[in-house]
Amino acid sequence: MILAEATPLSHHLATWLAGLLGMQPNWLFSAVGALLVATVILLIVVTPVGLGGVYLERKLAGRMQNRRGPNRVGPYGLLQAVADGVKLLAKEDILQRGADSPLFRFAPYLVFLAAFAGFVVLPFAPGVIAADLDVGLFYFLALIALETVGIVMAGWSSNNKWSLLGAMREVAQVVSYELPLGLAAMCPALAAGSLSLVAITDYQAGPIWNWLLIRHGYWAIAMVPAFLLFYTAGLAAAKRAPFDLPEAESELTAGFHTEYSGMRFGMFFLPEYAMMLSLSAVASALFLGGYHDPLGLSAPGGAFEGAWWWGFLWFFLKTTFLFLSQIVLRWTLPRIRIDQVMYLCYKVLLPIGMGCLVLSAALRLLG
Amino acid sequence: MTTIQGVRLDEGERAAPTLPRDILTEELVFNMGPQHPSTHGVLRVVLRTDGEVVREAQPLIGNLHRCCEKILESLTYVQGLPYVDRMDYLGALNMEMGLVLSVEKAAAVEVPKRAQYLRVILCEINRVISHLFAAGQFGLDMGAFTPFLYMFREREEGLTLLNEVTGGRLLYHYIRYGGVTRDVSDDWKRKCIAWCDQVAAHMDEYNNLLTYNHIFLNRTVGVAIIDRETALRYGATGPILRAAGVPRDLRKDMPYSCYEDFDFKVPVGPHDKGVVGDSWNRHRQRLLEIEESLKIIRQAITKLPAGDVSNPKVTRGWKAPEGEAYVASEAPRGEISCYFVSDGGKAPYRARMRGPSFYNISLLSETSRGLLIGDLIALMGSIDITLGECDR
Repeated sequence: MILAEATPLSHHLATWLAGLLGMQPNWLFSAVGALLVATVILLIVVTPVGLGGVYLERKLAGRMQNRRGPNRVGPYGLLQAVADGVKLLAKEDILQRGADSPLFRFAPYLVFLAAFAGFVVLPFAPGVIAADLDVGLFYFLALIALETVGIVMAGWSSNNKWSLLGAMREVAQVVSYELPLGLAAMCPALAAGSLSLVAITDYQAGPIWNWLLIRHGYWAIAMVPAFLLFYTAGLAAAKRAPFDLPEAESELTAGFHTEYSGMRFGMFFLPEYAMMLSLSAVASALFLGGYHDPLGLSAPGGAFEGAWWWGFLWFFLKTTFLFLSQIVLRWTLPRIRIDQVMYLCYKVLLPIGMGCLVLSAALRLLG
Repeated sequence: MTTIQGVRLDEGERAAPTLPRDILTEELVFNMGPQHPSTHGVLRVVLRTDGEVVREAQPLIGNLHRCCEKILESLTYVQGLPYVDRMDYLGALNMEMGLVLSVEKAAAVEVPKRAQYLRVILCEINRVISHLFAAGQFGLDMGAFTPFLYMFREREEGLTLLNEVTGGRLLYHYIRYGGVTRDVSDDWKRKCIAWCDQVAAHMDEYNNLLTYNHIFLNRTVGVAIIDRETALRYGATGPILRAAGVPRDLRKDMPYSCYEDFDFKVPVGPHDKGVVGDSWNRHRQRLLEIEESLKIIRQAITKLPAGDVSNPKVTRGWKAPEGEAYVASEAPRGEISCYFVSDGGKAPYRARMRGPSFYNISLLSETSRGLLIGDLIALMGSIDITLGECDR
């Protein structure tokens, strides 16, 4: 998460390792040190995201459905997700007959990697970002497409027709939602004049009317539809209901991950929550001012300028709000049919997206 | 002819060759079930698809065959009765009704008026529960999980009501030859009315959440149409036939068990959305029938006459005299009837049951042509079969 601050840490680690072996620290030790730090950071990020997300979803779904949700393992069932994780680890890893072994084994890692690598560019708080890439937004959208490759691999290599159908649906879906998603993300980038998520966030510093969603009032005509568009296409990108067609348990049993068991299944299960969270985070950075609070206290000259905990609090609140709304939607709506997804994306969302882009460009020129 | 695991697939109509010759597409053969989540039990359907478009769907039944009729013929009358519960386990009381009515007619057994009313009350509760289950399950098939559990909330209360009277939650063995086993208390009657109010109060919730949900409408309106002619040709009965626009309800047309005493309507499709006989109308039909059933329960409880609940002449070793009869009655899924023949022996000579699911599932292969897989799920969910009664 804090790779920028962690770089000295990896350097210390490399020096310590080299000293242990009685050698001069060289690039190899630096690489090992960086890798170790990255692993630890990944663990720190993955654990709360995956387990917390699963717990929140199950608890909220329970509340919505007249049930209690998990309440047996640990206080308030908090350890249920941990118990499930241990169970997944202990389960047999089945490689069924006829499966394309290398692809089948590699697919979950690719999906996992793509979903969690997106966290690198998320601006959690002022100064707390792993890598402030100039093309952060573009990088993020590219990773979403990379996840699709893993899913197609999984569906293809499973030697199961239902999985194959799930993979086909994923491809049909990805070519449909990516265009509106990209167009919607371009609107804030156009307004802020940058593809860096930090630059876009800082462009929105100050009180709530500086947020791009309702910037100076008149920006809302372009940004409110763009935000809804990004949110909807984001649901499709995270394969959440009503766009959960690639898995569609009542139609395709479990779609692309039908044949996966044990931790390999977990590798498909956790990234879904990571994807939801990172999409919510990007949406809040693009449209809702990211780590800036509505009163403008974190803006330059404000009382909390540069205070990472204050920024993180607001970023967390906004992201969690969007995350929870995705969960509520999932447990409310039925599933859309595959041709309706394509119809929606191409004939409804795409024209809206283009309209938003043109409007944003016009507003940028005028104001 | 292609043969897949012993199943012959007719060639049927091929996809129109619109693609260039060098892009060859092949048809996929799917084996859907018997462990598929949406086949509602152990139905197996062999699908031949072109991508996601179903070219042919062939239901293969028989996985749940338990020789129900043969068992009836080999046990005594009293012993055999609980077995019919296992046919349609979601409408078990209505299954008992199907057998008992025929036997009583053949043997000319008189049923006390109070027992007839109790049969109506409990069968209608069972119908409401069954329709709630079917409607919720249909929502589940369409990907909506929450309405299913809301309907289960009311179903659960209904099961408690039935449990209190019959001693069973799923399989009741409550209706006997010549009456019923137990009487109901005044307290139970109050609870029953309260339950009717509760279900009626929640109908709006189901409708808002599921029936008139925009996505749900998109998924079901105009999808998998079973028109009047097709439904009649296949001998379909129950909500499917009525949603197709045929006002056929045996409770109205051939009243049994004092149904003529009650004032209720038979909802007939098309309803306020969609076209006659589509998936949405079949779903809406069930919800409307729930409302009518609640009316019947309320009336029967207010009008419940005093008296015995069973015929004292029917004892443990009771045998039907020589004779035969055929009586049909209306179960939640359609017409359940029994052709009963007695040779005066201790067991029925023949008890041929006619269950609705067997006829309704036959519609699948004709209606499913050209549907997407998602629509096929809508078709199967809205037909609402119980394999136990289909396979018997």
